[in-house]
Amino acid sequence: MHEWALAEAVVATAKRAAREQQLRRVTGITVRLGELQQIEREIFKFALEQMLAHEDALVRDAKVVLERERARFRCRVCHREWDFQAEELGSEIAEAIHFIPEVAHAYLRCPSCRSPDFDVMAGRGVWLASLEGEE
Amino acid sequence: MDPRVAIISDRLKSIKKIIAIAAGKGGVGKSTIATGLALVLSQLGYKIGLLDLDFYGPSSHVILGLSEEIQPREERGIVPPTVHGIELMSLVFYTGKNPTPLRGPDLTNALIELLAITRWGDLDFLIVDMPPGMGETTLDAIRFLKNPSFLIVTTPSRVAHETVGKLLALLSELNIAILGVLENMRRSSDRARSSFGVRVVGELPFDEGLEDALGDPERFLQTEFAQRLREIASAIFPLPEPRASPPPSLRL
Ligand SMILES: Nc1ncnc2c1ncn2[C@@H]1O[C@H](COP(=O)(O)OP(=O)(O)OP(=O)(O)O)[C@@H](O)[C@H]1O
Ligand SMILES: [Mg+2]
Ligand SMILES: [Zn+2]
Repeated sequence: MHEWALAEAVVATAKRAAREQQLRRVTGITVRLGELQQIEREIFKFALEQMLAHEDALVRDAKVVLERERARFRCRVCHREWDFQAEELGSEIAEAIHFIPEVAHAYLRCPSCRSPDFDVMAGRGVWLASLEGEE
Repeated sequence: MDPRVAIISDRLKSIKKIIAIAAGKGGVGKSTIATGLALVLSQLGYKIGLLDLDFYGPSSHVILGLSEEIQPREERGIVPPTVHGIELMSLVFYTGKNPTPLRGPDLTNALIELLAITRWGDLDFLIVDMPPGMGETTLDAIRFLKNPSFLIVTTPSRVAHETVGKLLALLSELNIAILGVLENMRRSSDRARSSFGVRVVGELPFDEGLEDALGDPERFLQTEFAQRLREIASAIFPLPEPRASPPPSLRL
């Protein structure tokens, strides 16, 4: 499960950020899940909570909040904007994008001009949106 | 905040030494040398990983003759498949034969993602096949790989030497370890090489038989190229310490 690897990354980053901000205890962790990466929300949440439970007091009791962010693309050639439609992809392609979202450029094209030269404006992957805590 | 960067050093913890095979120029033999070095070091008894960072033109899998159904295993991240004794990671597992046009920030993002989710085994060396030039990936490799040492590949051509000088200057300025310069595709008619101010670790001959051996590691290892590379590798790296094995008395 690759969700576990990303959950582990979130824990490591939350701990690092908490220390930098001199928090005594983290009470909440908000993670934004970009749609392009198609994270299995339940697995990710479970993984994150399991890992936090095995951590020290700094992050152990943090409540996990997951937000979803729609993935949106913009073509650099014709400026068309469009949304990501995971359902239209075959399972192999969807899985490749799940592991490395940038490989979307190998499979997706601008719906207007067929260019692969587009930007992922929003909703790429896993992002640590905010930490709440006590000083 | 990007959560992935903080985990990269953990993911690289099981690796003793990272060696980036780089050159200022394209086509001088980086990929052939990176893959060849991985094969000969593995043959010498080291535990080896090979990371192909040439996202536009990954080649390691071609030189190793990887069949298409081989894929990383998903297990709390991705576990690189072991091919001819080498743990291999490449973007090609996720792009196949499709061209992958990426702009700078995408290159960086893909690199961070790969490093954040790949779970390497205990390795003596991770050999990194670099793309040509001093762009995104070279700078990112310096930023994200822990203390990489660079082995610089050049050909005998003055055109290649000119750029090698620049790459060496950049690496020294950034205090990056340089293993040395390896001159590839040398022919008997080539003139004496210029001096780079760093150690020249060796010369590899232009080998007519190399092309036919690509994709067949057994045959590749028989080439003059690979034999010479093995001599150079044994001279640079001391033989590995034997791995923990059962006490001799238990061996029947
Ligand atoms: N010593 C050699 N003798 C003969 N052919 C060689 C030798 N070294 C490399 N080649 C051939 O030269 C070509 C380019 O080599 P390779 O792909 O390894 O270069 P590269 O530096 O990785 O290129 P790129 O910059 O595109 O990544 C290949 O076909 C390879 O087989
Ligand atoms: Mg190459
Ligand atoms: Zn377009």
